Amino acid sequence: MAVLLLAELNDDVLALDVTAKAVTAAKQLGDVTVLAAGAKAAEAAEAAAGIEGVAKVLVAENAIYAHRLAEPVAALVASLAGSYSHIVAPATADAKNILPRVAALLDVMILSDVTAVVDADTFERPVYAGNVIQTVKSSDATKVITFRASTFDAAAHGGSGPVETISAAEDPDLSEWIEDKVAVSDRPELTSAGIVVSGGRGIGSKEDFSLIGALADKLGAAVGASRAAVDSGFAPNDWQVGQTGKVVAPDLYIAVGISGAIQHLAGMKDSKIIVAINKDAEAPIFQVSDYGLVADLFEAVPKLTEKL
Amino acid sequence: MKVLVPVKRVIDYNVKARVKADGSGVDLANVKMSMNPFDEIAMEEAVRLKERGKADEVVAVSIGVKQAQETLRTALAMGADRAILVEAADDVHQDIEPLAVAKILARVAQEERPGLIIAGKQAIDNDMNATGQMLSALLGWSQATFAGELDVDGDSATVTREVDGGLQTIRVKMPAVVTADLRLNEPRYASLPNIMKAKKKPLDEKTAADYGVDVSPRLTVVKATEPPVRQAGEMVPDVDALVAKLKEKGVV
Ligand SMILES: Cc1cc2nc3c(=O)[nH]c(=O)nc-3n(C[C@H](O)[C@H](O)[C@H](O)COP(=O)(O)OP(=O)(O)OC[C@H]3O[C@@H](n4cnc5c(N)ncnc54)[C@H](O)[C@@H]3O)c2cc1C
Ligand SMILES: Nc1ncnc2c1ncn2[C@@H]1O[C@H](COP(=O)(O)O)[C@@H](O)[C@H]1O
Repeated sequence: MAVLLLAELNDDVLALDVTAKAVTAAKQLGDVTVLAAGAKAAEAAEAAAGIEGVAKVLVAENAIYAHRLAEPVAALVASLAGSYSHIVAPATADAKNILPRVAALLDVMILSDVTAVVDADTFERPVYAGNVIQTVKSSDATKVITFRASTFDAAAHGGSGPVETISAAEDPDLSEWIEDKVAVSDRPELTSAGIVVSGGRGIGSKEDFSLIGALADKLGAAVGASRAAVDSGFAPNDWQVGQTGKVVAPDLYIAVGISGAIQHLAGMKDSKIIVAINKDAEAPIFQVSDYGLVADLFEAVPKLTEKL
Repeated sequence: MKVLVPVKRVIDYNVKARVKADGSGVDLANVKMSMNPFDEIAMEEAVRLKERGKADEVVAVSIGVKQAQETLRTALAMGADRAILVEAADDVHQDIEPLAVAKILARVAQEERPGLIIAGKQAIDNDMNATGQMLSALLGWSQATFAGELDVDGDSATVTREVDGGLQTIRVKMPAVVTADLRLNEPRYASLPNIMKAKKKPLDEKTAADYGVDVSPRLTVVKATEPPVRQAGEMVPDVDALVAKLKEKGVV
C-alpha cells in the first residue's frame, strides 16, 4: 500500500518534529511518499527525505502554496490522490484546515486525530474530549487521516529517498494571504518540548504570567496556558493546551493556577509526570497529578524557580 | 446578505461522557444535551452581523434527531430569524458524519443561497473538526477556519485565524464558509422574552431524503472504551519537598 504524507511547512521551513512523528504512524500503512508544498520547498523536501522511512519526496513549488491556503493545497493533494491508499498528515492546525477539504473532494470521510493504527482500515481516535477512545473501521477507498503527533515517537534521521519535482495544480483563487502574526520565542516548541509549564486563570494578569515564563526558562521548558488564561488575555492563543487547543505529552507538565476542567485535561493527561500547584485543595487537577502542592502560586512559583 | 449557521445538538460540555455497558458507544439516554459551544459562538457572530446591518437574515440549520428542535429554538432565541431541522436519524445514539452533514448543508445552501456560512470549528462530541472544510469543498467556496476575528466588507471577508504559530489573516471571496474559534466573541444568553418569541418563529422540518443525501456512515464504530484513568499521586507539603521529588525522578 502507498501512503501520501502532507508535510507541514511554515514559511517554507519543514516542521521536522511533527512530520517525523507522522512518518512513524504512516510507515505502519505502507511506503511513505512525502509531499512538500511551498513557495520554495526544495530545502524542506531535502530535510523530509532525511527522515528514516521516507521512500520518496514530491516537491511542489509555487507562490500559491506560500502560506498554505487550504483551497490550493487541497486541490494539489486531491490531484495526486489516485496513486495512494492513504493520505495522511500530522494533526496540526495546518492539516486540520486542509485534509477535511481533501477528503470531501474525494468523497470520503476524514479520520481526525488518530492515535493508533489497528490495521489498514481500522484506527483508534479519542472523542468526547479524550474521555472515550473509539475504534473505527473505514469503508472508504482512500483513507484520509490526521495523526495526533504527541502519541507517536519521531522517526529517526537517516533516510535518503529521492526527491522528485512535480508541477502545481490549478489555483482555485478563492482566498489571499494578508499577514501572519507569529510570536518569535527562544523557548522550545510547545508540542515537542520535554517540559511544559502552563498557567491558568489563577495567574490573574498578563504581567504576572512572567512568573510562568521565568520558571519555564529555568527548566528550558515551553509555556502553555488554559483557555481561561488565553480568553482573559494573559497568554496568546497558540499557548492553549486542551481539547480544542494543542495536545502535549511531555516528560513533565507543571500546571499552575489551573483547575483541571476536562477540556484542559484532554490536552495534557498523557504527560509522563504531572505537577499541580493550586491554592484550592479540591481542584480536580489534583486527581490526575503525580505531585500536588496546595499553595498560593505567587509564593510557590518564585520559590520553585529559585530552588531548581 | 443571508447568513446560514449550522448548529449541532451535543452532550453538554459540563457532562462527562460514559461508555455504554456493551461498549458500542457513549450513553446519551437521559444526558443533558446543549448546543455545541462553538455553534453558539457562530450564531452570536451571525446575529451581530445582522445587528450591524451587514446581514439581513440569519437561518439556523440542524441535522440529526427530532430533539434537535430544542437546539434550534435556542438559536432562534439568540436571534436567528428562522430554522431548518433536517431529520436524519431516529436514535439519539446515531451520529451523522461530517461528510453527510456537509452534503445536506450544501443542498440547503444551494436552495437558500446565503452569502456566508458560519459553522463551529469543532463538535465537542466527535471532535472531528471537519464539517466546515468539507462543506466549503463541496460548494467550491472559499474557506476560513478557526476564526478569531471576522470582518465582512462587500464581496469579501477578512478573517484572522487562530493557528499553531499564532495568528494568520486572510481575505476570502464571498460566498465563504467560516468556522468559529473560541475567541471570536462571547455568546449572549437568550433572555426570557426572546425565548418566548422564539417559540413563534418559523421552524421548517425536512428529512435527509428530501435532499437526496445518503447518510449511511463511512466509518463503523467497532468499539468504544474509556481510557485508563490516571491515578492521583501524592500531595507534597512544600516547595522543597516538590523539588526533592522531581530530582528523585530525574526530570529536572
Ligand atoms: C467548547 C469548549 C472548549 C474548551 N477548550 C479548552 C481547551 O482547549 N483548553 C482549556 O484549558 N480549556 C478549554 N475549555 C475551558 C474549560 O472548560 C475551563 O473553563 C478552563 O480550562 C478553565 O481554565 P482555568 O483552569 O485556568 O480556570 P479556572 O477553572 O477558573 O481555575 C483557576 C484555578 O486557579 C486557582 N487559583 C486562583 N488563584 C490562585 C493562587 N493565587 N494560587 C494558586 N492557585 C490559584 C483556583 O483555585 C482555580 O482552581 C473549553 C471549554 C469549552 C466550552
Ligand atoms: N449534525 C449537525 N447539524 C448541524 N451542524 C453540524 C452538525 N454536525 C456538525 N455541524 C457543524 O459543523 C461544525 C463542526 O463539526 P465537526 O466537523 O463534526 O467537528 C459544528 O460546530 C457545526 O457548526
